[in-house]
Amino acid sequence: MSMVSKWKEALVGLRAGRVTLDYPAQPRPTPEGFRGRPIFDAQKCIGCAGCANNCPAREILVFDVCQEVRILQYLGRRCTYCGRCADVCPEKAITMSRDFETATDKIGDLEQKLELFMSTCQRCGRCFKEGSPLDQLKLKGYRFDDLANERWIFRSRAYLESEPVVDDIKIELD
Amino acid sequence: MLKNLCQKMFGRSLWVYHANSGGCNGCDIEVLNVLTPYYDVERFGIKLVGSPRHADVMLCQGPAMRSTARALRAAYDAMPAPKLVFAIGGCACGGGIWHDTYAVLGPVEKVVPVNYYIPGCPPRPEAIIYGVAVAVGLVDKKVAPVEFKQMKLPFPSYHPEDLRGHGEMVVYEKAEKI
Repeated sequence: MSMVSKWKEALVGLRAGRVTLDYPAQPRPTPEGFRGRPIFDAQKCIGCAGCANNCPAREILVFDVCQEVRILQYLGRRCTYCGRCADVCPEKAITMSRDFETATDKIGDLEQKLELFMSTCQRCGRCFKEGSPLDQLKLKGYRFDDLANERWIFRSRAYLESEPVVDDIKIELD
Repeated sequence: MLKNLCQKMFGRSLWVYHANSGGCNGCDIEVLNVLTPYYDVERFGIKLVGSPRHADVMLCQGPAMRSTARALRAAYDAMPAPKLVFAIGGCACGGGIWHDTYAVLGPVEKVVPVNYYIPGCPPRPEAIIYGVAVAVGLVDKKVAPVEFKQMKLPFPSYHPEDLRGHGEMVVYEKAEKI
């Protein structure tokens, strides 16, 4: 009796077919509306840094080298692909691609760096730059994030402390 | 060299240990999804084990938290010698959304050395399989850092010193592109 039930089970198993996807050999299409890695289009970008101000994970760093050159750096490490950068971009320079195969052995492979050419005011020709660094921080457009340590710097603390405040790791692991 | 070592050492099967150090369980569910019949990773010989002493690979989910950093380090030290660490998810790769709060120390690479990163929040099961396949050597990685420089201004630039009155019209001199 039990033998018969086992054979029945085997027949059911044969009829069910195979559901396992042959994934790494065959490509797997993403569903409609899937958001993957954001792709930055440097041709369309005007460097307004709206994406950097709206990123919940503080993943987009902005550093103003001088009046004309602004560096916009996207580190893809803790990005949640929420798409807010693409929503706020006025020029639609950011598209959420369907690219999910982003596994890598170096975390630096995920970053995208745009070196943008910012124009001066066409009416007066002068820069908006204030004299002292503290006055520059009050201006909304200027951002001086820490590109070397890849940290988003809050406006009031830039230039005052570039080092991490507490070295937490050494405290915790010792 | 690491790739060759991987192929030599882990050619037959990877036994993975699943360590959550304070994540939201999203990545855990995706990892368990990988073990279901739809994404059957046991065809690559990957098996989930319950103890780090049996494991070759540690799958880290969640950021390194203040409360679990020492436990994560102890679990890493308990694994036998040829070992890999995969950071799965945005928290483990970069610290997550709450990377700057008091309880979060940052990415897990601050506590344990990470060999492979699988970003996403959470990554799709296919993305996790892809990361494992990159580690085993079945496929090549697709991402590369992108750097773009706008060398030219896309529109002509004017300066008020080059502005001349000409009859009723205003003429810009030197209106060439930079």
